[in-house]
Amino acid sequence: MALLEATNVTKRFGGLTAVNDFTFTVEKGAIDSIIGPNGAGKTTFFNCITGFYQFEEGDIVFNGNSVSGRSTDQITRMGISRTYQNIRLFSQMTTIENILVGMEPQLHTSWIGALFRLPSTVKEESDALDEARRLLEFVGLKGKGDEISRNLSYGDQRRLEIARAMAAKPKLLLLDEPTAGMNPRETAETTEFIRRLRDELGITILLIEHDMRVVMGISEHITVLDYGAKIAEGGPSAIQNNPKVIEAYLGRGAAASATIELEN
Amino acid sequence: MSSQLDLRNTARVGLLAGVITLGVSAVGMLESFDKRDLIIGLLTLGQLLLFSAPFAAGFLVTRGEDKVDTGEAVVGGAVAGALTAVPLIALILLTLAAPNIRNSLVNVSPELISLLSLGASEIVGSLLLLVGMAVLGVAGAMFHVLPDAIRKPLISGLGWMLGFAILSEVSLNILRPILGRGLMRALFGTKGITPLLAAIIFVVAIGLTIWWSKGGQQRYEDRKAAMSEEQRKQSRRISIGVGIVSLLILPIILGTYLTEVVDNVGLFILMGLGLNIVVGFAGLLDLGYVAFFAIGAYVMGILTSQGDLGIAGMSFWLALPIAVGAAVLAGVTLGIPVLRMRGDYLAIVTLGFGEIIRVLATSDLLKPYIGGAQGILQIGKPTIFGFEMVKPIHFYYLILAGVGLAVFVASRLRDARLGRQWMALREDEDVAEAMGIHLVSTKLLAFGIGAAFSGLAGAIFSARLSSIFPHSFNLLISINVLSLIIVGGIGSLPGVVVGALVLVGLPELLREFAEYRMLLYGALLIAMMIARPEGLWPSPITKREFHAAEEEEALGGVQ
Amino acid sequence: MSQRFKDIDYIGVVLWLFRTAIVVVVLWGTISKLFLEQGNAYTTIDWIDFLIAGLSQGSLYALIALGYTLVYGVLFMINFAHGEFFMSGTMTATIFVALPLSSSGFLDANPILGMLIIIIVAMLVSVGVALLTERVAYRPLRRAPRLVPLITAIGASFFWQYFFRGLYGSTLIPFPELQVLVGKWTVFGIEILKTRAVVMVASVIMLIGLYIFIMRTKTGTAIRAVAEDKDIAALMGIDVDRTISITFATGAAMAGAAGILYGMVFRQVHFFMGFVPGIKAFTAAVLGGIGSIPGAALGGLFLGLIEAVGPPLFLEGLGIPGAHQLKDVIAFTMLVLVLIFRPQGIVGERLAEKKA
Repeated sequence: MALLEATNVTKRFGGLTAVNDFTFTVEKGAIDSIIGPNGAGKTTFFNCITGFYQFEEGDIVFNGNSVSGRSTDQITRMGISRTYQNIRLFSQMTTIENILVGMEPQLHTSWIGALFRLPSTVKEESDALDEARRLLEFVGLKGKGDEISRNLSYGDQRRLEIARAMAAKPKLLLLDEPTAGMNPRETAETTEFIRRLRDELGITILLIEHDMRVVMGISEHITVLDYGAKIAEGGPSAIQNNPKVIEAYLGRGAAASATIELEN
Repeated sequence: MSSQLDLRNTARVGLLAGVITLGVSAVGMLESFDKRDLIIGLLTLGQLLLFSAPFAAGFLVTRGEDKVDTGEAVVGGAVAGALTAVPLIALILLTLAAPNIRNSLVNVSPELISLLSLGASEIVGSLLLLVGMAVLGVAGAMFHVLPDAIRKPLISGLGWMLGFAILSEVSLNILRPILGRGLMRALFGTKGITPLLAAIIFVVAIGLTIWWSKGGQQRYEDRKAAMSEEQRKQSRRISIGVGIVSLLILPIILGTYLTEVVDNVGLFILMGLGLNIVVGFAGLLDLGYVAFFAIGAYVMGILTSQGDLGIAGMSFWLALPIAVGAAVLAGVTLGIPVLRMRGDYLAIVTLGFGEIIRVLATSDLLKPYIGGAQGILQIGKPTIFGFEMVKPIHFYYLILAGVGLAVFVASRLRDARLGRQWMALREDEDVAEAMGIHLVSTKLLAFGIGAAFSGLAGAIFSARLSSIFPHSFNLLISINVLSLIIVGGIGSLPGVVVGALVLVGLPELLREFAEYRMLLYGALLIAMMIARPEGLWPSPITKREFHAAEEEEALGGVQ
Repeated sequence: MSQRFKDIDYIGVVLWLFRTAIVVVVLWGTISKLFLEQGNAYTTIDWIDFLIAGLSQGSLYALIALGYTLVYGVLFMINFAHGEFFMSGTMTATIFVALPLSSSGFLDANPILGMLIIIIVAMLVSVGVALLTERVAYRPLRRAPRLVPLITAIGASFFWQYFFRGLYGSTLIPFPELQVLVGKWTVFGIEILKTRAVVMVASVIMLIGLYIFIMRTKTGTAIRAVAEDKDIAALMGIDVDRTISITFATGAAMAGAAGILYGMVFRQVHFFMGFVPGIKAFTAAVLGGIGSIPGAALGGLFLGLIEAVGPPLFLEGLGIPGAHQLKDVIAFTMLVLVLIFRPQGIVGERLAEKKA
């Protein structure tokens, strides 16, 4: 059974149809990508999955349950985590505090327990702190846990955002342009890191990405969106040779860069 | 890069200082401050205010340059100082030209003019003022030229002397029972200190500063460095102990009058700690906070009053949880409709709630129950084992207990899961929700707990005064509390205490301030937001990755 | 608790109950006042008086509300100090112009010229205070988080209130009475107090003038461009800082003029006069849809009407003693209701779309 199944999803903003009759599945344990020109509706689709937007038509089923009509916190508790295109960390909080907030779905103690330092609360908090330290190390931010996240370097902020998303122990991780703004070395590191997430932790990953090297390098299945509608899907090589895809990119005047990137 | 003095900048700084001083004079602050002696016969607070303007102007125009040339400093300081005098001279001449100006500008009195013209006639006085301010401007500018070895002791000598003089009432009240009457008369006047005491403080402060820089500091640091881990812990424990003991004996040292002031500050600290949870931790700007204070006070009043409006004649202790509970209930109830509101809209709606409650309190509608403008009288005093608490010192301990509880609750929650949820909410509400945080309960807990402290403060306030009137619960209280947490450092617990001491304690000691309190708060809010948004005592970053064990221990004590 | 109970939108239910309760209370009060009450009822003339008083008060709110709407349009900031712009101009012009002109007899000899001078002085002072506030307290914080300028605005509001209190004292200052405006006019058989009529006519003229200024002039276009997108406007060669200053000045000028009209109606001015009208005008701006000029006008009139008619209609109908004291409660309740249930206002569109 597919982990995520979207059927005929449509999202409109006034007269503009941002996602149009979109049907889409992600298998458990996969690394899949959604690509498409700017404004194709990729992030809008992410927002529909995570409950930021309510879509008008169709349905999105995750792990057997519909996400439709649920709030973002409920959807996160179902096991979907995400990162944001323009990094949205809790910028005045420290690195480790960001990760601790990400762990919310696993925490259960109440404020009364915190007030009286009940043993269960103390234990949960110290376990959470240990887990957060482990995650810090896993994403390569060891030693930076007490820094205010705003002061981290760009690459570290991206990594922290992924760590925060992973802290929720998601079944499905949505990454919105995880390598945007990175230099080639950082991009290669992040690509490797995403693969490790799946291989070592078994998290299913769906990413939006513009860097074709990343997309072609790690995706098993690629879906191409244009004007909110699916124009192609398949493995990396099939997508690279698909005339519709090339046209979608070329037609936008992104000719040179797109072809070069697609041929990579 | 300009080693040449920038003339335009000099003129601007000088005139700006002058215009500000003109404003301070025209609203009557200068004159009323002049009634407060600092050093008897030598300096009043008003004079200090007047003379510090050209000094500051001179200081500012020469600041920021690496090497200040003496000649340039003299010229720049003189120009800036003299320009500071210009708007004031204009005011003096205006009163000559239009003697009736006082009918419109009520505070432009003959006393003010005589103060500005340094006691001389208008024309002569204007010239004196010009020259005097130019000289002070030079003095301000010369501060950069002086070598460190002279400047530092001088600053500390002047600072201690003026600080002591401004707060003379504190030392006066503390020392009166200890020192003999003759000695007191030699050192203190009714307001301010004598030149003798001023000189003593000046000399001692200079001496100590020189000693400190000539080796005292070195020795202190050496000894501190030589301490073992065990010793350091012990010295820390001792200082915490000393802190607690001095808090406990404070009212005995301070005497009745000052204890009353401290009680007042304490109630504001209590409210500040509550609002700090709502605004500082959770980022929900609440301008109707006074409503919960009023509810706590009124519930306490109705339940314990022996007068006509009292319905139960309960004891204070029985009524206290009910009053706090009512405030919490109100906090949550008013919180529900604003759950989906953000930022500035939330601020305005809570302001609306506060005003609704105030208007209702004064209206005929509720008059049969809460007395309208006549308020509630004969509110019961708390008793402990048959002992009735009536004096400020008794309430001091009650308020201290309340503040202690509030600090305990606030610091525990801040460092726990709920505190993180609040912080995340403050930083980015959408993402916080997407992390799995339940916005409704998180926000309502902030409103409820914040309201609880305010209700507690209200209940104590009501018992302390024995009677309450609706005009005590106006918007200014909310603004007061908001100002003190912003000045202290938003989200910071020690900041609340510092803010309350500065914004509530200081005006009580300098009653000359009282009338200009809101004016200064307004200016302070603007200045803090622009120059130091983190406040006087910002909250420290909690270290979690390292030093976690140490922190646990520190929290066990007083924080 | 099971997931099913957690998924119920409790808040929605509570809000629905709240809304229903208010509607029921208002309807019940209205019905019992109009149909059930015996004796002591108001005549048609009384109701018309209430309506006219409401419209005239409402047109003042509309003028002040423009300042909130314009500034919110360009800066997305609630200019809390706007009520103080209103107060500062009015008090200054009253003390330095209106009172001397009146005692010298000039005002009664040349009422139109005299009032024009007073209004212009009030506008100039209000504009001066507004520009100073914008420059010192708001401009340095353009890029700060949204709550920061709101806090400085609160600071500025109290600063100006107590500054002018220090300057002019805390007593009520009488606004001179114009002999020509004593009494009533009869229009279509309805008697209207002359001052109220003048307030309404003057407000309408100013509202129309402002609308033309914003829609037809080059400066107005610049204001609209900055409201749309500051960065793009800057790229198009518009001086954004200057345009924002002009926006503040425009709003303050309207407020200054409104202040003199207020003085004519209430015959007194004082340092605290800006606060309550300020909040009510903000309510009006939100009611009409903040950011929209016709909205501010509509919202102002609507608020004025409901404030004037509400107490005698549904509050008295509920048997509340001293209903007129609760006029402000009605206004503030309106504010709360609008912000909760229809933050986009009567004509406005929703500004705060949830964005991810």
